Amino acid sequence: MDRSQGRTSRPDAAGSVSAADAGTHTGNRGLQIEEPLIFEQDAPGRCGVDLPAPPAAGSRLGGLERRDAIGLPGLSEPQVVRHYTRLSQKNYAIDSGFYPLGSCTMKHNPRLNEKLARLPGFADLHPLQPEATVQGALRLIDTLSHWIRTLTGMPAVAMSPAAGAHGELCGLMTARAALEARGDARKRVLVPDSAHGTNPATAAICGYAVEAIPLNDRGRVNLAALKSALGDDVAAFMLTNPNTCGLFEDEILEQAEAVHSAGAYFYCDGANFNAIVGRVRPGDLGIDCMHLNLHKTFSTPHGGGGPGSGPVVLSAALAPYAPLPWVVDCGEGFRLVEHADDAGDARPYGRMKAFHGQMGMFVRALAYMMSHGADGLRQASSDAVLNANYLAARLSDLLSLAYEGPCMHEVLFDDAFLKGTHVSTLDFAKAMIDEGFHPMTMYFPLVVHGALLMEPTESESRESIDQFVEAVRFLAERARAGDSARFHEAPVYTPRRRLDETAAARHPVLRWRPETPHSEAAE
Amino acid sequence: MSDLKYSQEHEWIRVDGDVATVGISDFAQSQLGDVVFVELPAVGTQVAKDAEAAVVESVKAASDVYAPVSGEVVEVNGALEGTPELVNQSPTGDGWFMKIRLSDPSELDGMMDEAAYAEFSASQG
Amino acid sequence: MLAVIGVPSVDGLFRDVPGSVHLSEPVDLPPHQGELEVERAISAMAAENVPAGSVPFFVGAGAYRHHVPASVDYLIQRGEFLTSYTPYQPEVSQGTLQALFEFQTQVALITGMDVANASMYDGATACAEAALMAQRVTRKTRVVLSGGLHPHYSETTETLLKFLEGQVHRLPADVDGTEDAEAEISDDTACVVVQYPDLFGRVRDLRPLADACHAAGALLIVAMTEVVALGALTAPGDMGADIVAAEGRSLGNPLNFGGPYVGLFAARDKHVRQMPGRLAGETADVDGRRGWVLTLSTREQHIRREKATSNICTNSGLCALAFTIHLSLLGEDGFRRLAALNHAKAVQLSEKLADSGVEILNETFFNEFTVRLPAPAAPVVDRLAGEGILAGVPLSRLLPDDPRVERLLMVAVTETATEEDMDRLAAALKEAA
Repeated sequence: MDRSQGRTSRPDAAGSVSAADAGTHTGNRGLQIEEPLIFEQDAPGRCGVDLPAPPAAGSRLGGLERRDAIGLPGLSEPQVVRHYTRLSQKNYAIDSGFYPLGSCTMKHNPRLNEKLARLPGFADLHPLQPEATVQGALRLIDTLSHWIRTLTGMPAVAMSPAAGAHGELCGLMTARAALEARGDARKRVLVPDSAHGTNPATAAICGYAVEAIPLNDRGRVNLAALKSALGDDVAAFMLTNPNTCGLFEDEILEQAEAVHSAGAYFYCDGANFNAIVGRVRPGDLGIDCMHLNLHKTFSTPHGGGGPGSGPVVLSAALAPYAPLPWVVDCGEGFRLVEHADDAGDARPYGRMKAFHGQMGMFVRALAYMMSHGADGLRQASSDAVLNANYLAARLSDLLSLAYEGPCMHEVLFDDAFLKGTHVSTLDFAKAMIDEGFHPMTMYFPLVVHGALLMEPTESESRESIDQFVEAVRFLAERARAGDSARFHEAPVYTPRRRLDETAAARHPVLRWRPETPHSEAAE
Repeated sequence: MSDLKYSQEHEWIRVDGDVATVGISDFAQSQLGDVVFVELPAVGTQVAKDAEAAVVESVKAASDVYAPVSGEVVEVNGALEGTPELVNQSPTGDGWFMKIRLSDPSELDGMMDEAAYAEFSASQG
Repeated sequence: MLAVIGVPSVDGLFRDVPGSVHLSEPVDLPPHQGELEVERAISAMAAENVPAGSVPFFVGAGAYRHHVPASVDYLIQRGEFLTSYTPYQPEVSQGTLQALFEFQTQVALITGMDVANASMYDGATACAEAALMAQRVTRKTRVVLSGGLHPHYSETTETLLKFLEGQVHRLPADVDGTEDAEAEISDDTACVVVQYPDLFGRVRDLRPLADACHAAGALLIVAMTEVVALGALTAPGDMGADIVAAEGRSLGNPLNFGGPYVGLFAARDKHVRQMPGRLAGETADVDGRRGWVLTLSTREQHIRREKATSNICTNSGLCALAFTIHLSLLGEDGFRRLAALNHAKAVQLSEKLADSGVEILNETFFNEFTVRLPAPAAPVVDRLAGEGILAGVPLSRLLPDDPRVERLLMVAVTETATEEDMDRLAAALKEAA
């Protein structure tokens, strides 16, 4: 079969047995168990939940009763538990190993935070209950916002954004609202070449043209280029600091001055705040708005892609334009401001989502902050930077550092060390999987050829980093010794080996559909 | 293939009367890797020289395709919808993108011939 | 470690930070505390609240309390799900990817649509993104928001589109159910957004509106705040919806005081490349074995950057997983029975209230309806809360500027309400009436 021409046929419900798995009857390999889709395990009439029969009552559905079968499969509770347990076993996770994912900050997720978020006093609370019945929830939001404002040195915070990119959108919309309020919406947003993809995407949704600013040869924003790009039509400069090369922007005060003297706002992407918590306050750097990723810096779990939470801290200039809602401490109790009419002198530009923000994430983040305290948070960022520099020092003789000098919480290598080996950055990363590690961030930032971005976080012990270092060194040596087959075949010890992304994108299959005789014939 | 002309954005063009067939070069498809999707303009669209006219996607990249000449799109290659791999297999043949009725034939003057483009693309690789 | 690095102290690693802004002391916040102390302090905040499960509870208006089977929370707390990253490395993420593929399939099935994405932040942001997508698909710019749409959904949509080309036309709150959205469709209309059941709890056949939209080259977007309704009601996809944007939290997830929730986003095959958000797709590995990957990534911000369909990156992965596990436990029979149970209890409550002389405005409803009180509803709700009954949502909370809704109360009832709860509410509202 020529797989470049499209897709393979669907295996039967028992799982297909390919040549590679001919060794077992089931296709399973010990603890690696083949698991069909739930739709392929359907036993009509089976149900995993014991619900009472509905009381006899008429219908008020206006003749719109659902008549046809939906097509959901029937399974028992033990079947469902086993199914998702087996699926879980096909995942890498921070609980099971090291995630050196630069820019993503995969740190340990303490279970205390999970326990507290599940207290009925938070989890079983409706967002539209009377304020008198949710005072503790409002107190928690107010307390968290105090911690966030103190750590960032900023006067205000908008709590509602649901993730980092949502926070970015919130921050840039706040800036645009402030500009419009002075009758000067402007047209352009400046973004460094090394920025996260969300930055230009966010600027576009705010109606701005995006202009890239090059880096200098030290991996920082080229200040002269920034100054010459600034003008009276520039709304904002969006910077990540520490930047995506893992470096502190050492000319940030000059950048801020240039941005402000052009009448623009200074947006900071706070994805890398983990490096400087307790050591540097963005408010001291001249920043007007910055989102925080509570799921990076403050350890709320990534959950396989969310939920996150992206509160946005705001300067005094932007605070009046923050979106609804927010919590007010009235002395005798807490109130929610949910409508513009109730906002006093503030001029909120709108609302980011339904209700009041990611309460479940707030509880976890506050538990993390209180557990660490002012001293522990500073210690954590110091340890994160120490770990990254230790990793850099132990690899810099063999790999090729993109930029010299101390890094912050992550270290960036380029692929020069792979030159002539016929091993790509991707191959190298896939070989790391066989060694039991999650790959590092690859091909990002875009400014470095074949980038490998590694972030150990403060969670990893020296022993764990040493083990990782030895694996990287082993592989780098194997690559140079000409053992390229190892890399091209990798990974081989995973539930699935390299997957055909071209076939997936050319002829997308995005859902299960029942087999029909017709489609079988077609295949 | 000597009837092809090339732009600096790696599009080729073949003129037949007042209608030009447009696609991307063999060099461009090799740089993109496996093409998974091509977004084509609607027939009847007016395109301007050097403006975005189509998008070609590989798994990890989306690239704009610019109109090498101005004019009205009179036909698009519907086969690319189901078989985008034609762009890889036959970039200057079955993998063509669109046909444009020229509004200003003089725009063709600045384009490269096969030999000039070969030299140009070698310098880009 | 410092010796290996070659610096005398950790401070030396921060030498790129300008000295004037480098803090030498910890910030002014309390020092670290042990697990016991943190648990005590945060539990004290939780204890100040009145959890829904502790009282007769009828609060809805966009978030509905349901019973979540214990195995759902157990499974999503498995570290391999809870503490894993976005599945960009498919070889070590097949568990998350297969679960997302199941999620997408379930969402497509219950909404009656062709495809669904791997989730959005919540129903309101899904709704806003749907309007943006309709503008891309139709290349038109006018967005019509029904007055039956939840005000938070309308406000979120207005906000997302605020700085872009085009006009958002928000119709007045449809208090009496006489809105004629068809009349609002013009040549430049990209979409009409309606809610099903609507803010006031009413259900209506959307086919005529879908036909009118399609005749004008516009899309019909159906927003939903209560996904359990799909176990009892005709699916929006079977009535001509082009996009369904729904809140999926009712399945698998607790109320969480408003977040995190999980937005469902379903569309037609022909528009799949204009969809926002992540998508899991089926493929095969080099040995020919079926597997899953994130696909069609070129729509997304990390590749398309300023031309992306949306700036969304992280979504609601774990909440989507909880949704999928709960719906897998329910299955066809359980999902339909859950919906029937909700509806039957709502009918039962409406009859008890009517018997008590309470005025109910709805002809039709699923598990929530509108009640008109003889006096402003907000003070009544506050007073009943003091008596230990959470009676519902006064519509003035969502529409403070509309005097027509001052006396209106939204009452929601799910499988969690007991007969005794309903009798207490009926007695309390009778007193108020």
